[in-house]
Amino acid sequence: MKSLEELMALRDAAKAKMTTRDDSTAVTRVVVGMATCGIAAGARPVMNKFTEEIEKRNLTNVTVAQTGCIGMCQYEPIVEVTEPGKEKVTYVLMTPEKATKVVVDHLVNGNPVVEYTVGALKK
Amino acid sequence: MRELSLNVLDVAQNSVAADAKNIEIEALLDTAKKTLLLGIYDDGKGMTPEQVTAVRDPFYTTRTTRKVGLGVPLFKMAAEMTGGTLEIESAVGVGTKVKALFHTDHVDFVPLGDMANTIVTLAAMNESIRFLYRYRVDDREFVFDTQQIKEILGDVPMNDPSIMNWMTAYIKENSQAITEVQ
Repeated sequence: MKSLEELMALRDAAKAKMTTRDDSTAVTRVVVGMATCGIAAGARPVMNKFTEEIEKRNLTNVTVAQTGCIGMCQYEPIVEVTEPGKEKVTYVLMTPEKATKVVVDHLVNGNPVVEYTVGALKK
Repeated sequence: MRELSLNVLDVAQNSVAADAKNIEIEALLDTAKKTLLLGIYDDGKGMTPEQVTAVRDPFYTTRTTRKVGLGVPLFKMAAEMTGGTLEIESAVGVGTKVKALFHTDHVDFVPLGDMANTIVTLAAMNESIRFLYRYRVDDREFVFDTQQIKEILGDVPMNDPSIMNWMTAYIKENSQAITEVQ
């Protein structure tokens, strides 16, 4: 059974990580749409996958956040990735499997997964 | 929605939007009566009596991007499908209570699903709000209070992935422990 002592150990590990993080401007933001439309389309497992993979790969310069409805409900779950100094990339119709690929290709290796982006949707 | 915990996540977002400082979420199972009570209580800005009536209507919303709002209507439908009810109590400046009763033995009862995930998503994404989650099966109870977590964490953010994963597992294990006792 998980105990609060374990949480204390995790806190200390997280603190150590925070001090090794370069300046805060270098943080990449992953934002998941979490309004009714996003949730109904499966945004929660997508967000979980992101936090899981980010922890597993020890990506200290990435934060996960949520947002409301941005008006493209038919394309939910939608995830926006903003790297410092680069244009925002909007991923649509996301799944946990796609999330893993985005973490590996985009967050780790810096190559956006073009075929999952809103720009790749057939008009 | 595929599971009720998603409805709870959705309805609780309304409490976040209402600038609540404290949000209490309850899931109370009664195995003898075969009922589940889901409650979302906040101290946000509250609603007028007109808004309380209107919020059950899918064509009512406060947002401006479009003219429908489905959070509460979907929750109400999920409860009523099982022969249950949805109640909303609210007062401007005091807060809002949304309470839904489900009959768990009804064929249309949607499973509660992953409440741990709902609570952690809410808590980690809204660090300034105190969330209290109470899960009860008959007379056994588990309470998760983000106040307690924050005291331990200090300045470490709750949305740190390792903390989020720990909180999810912590709620899950403790909930399971009181569910499975015979």
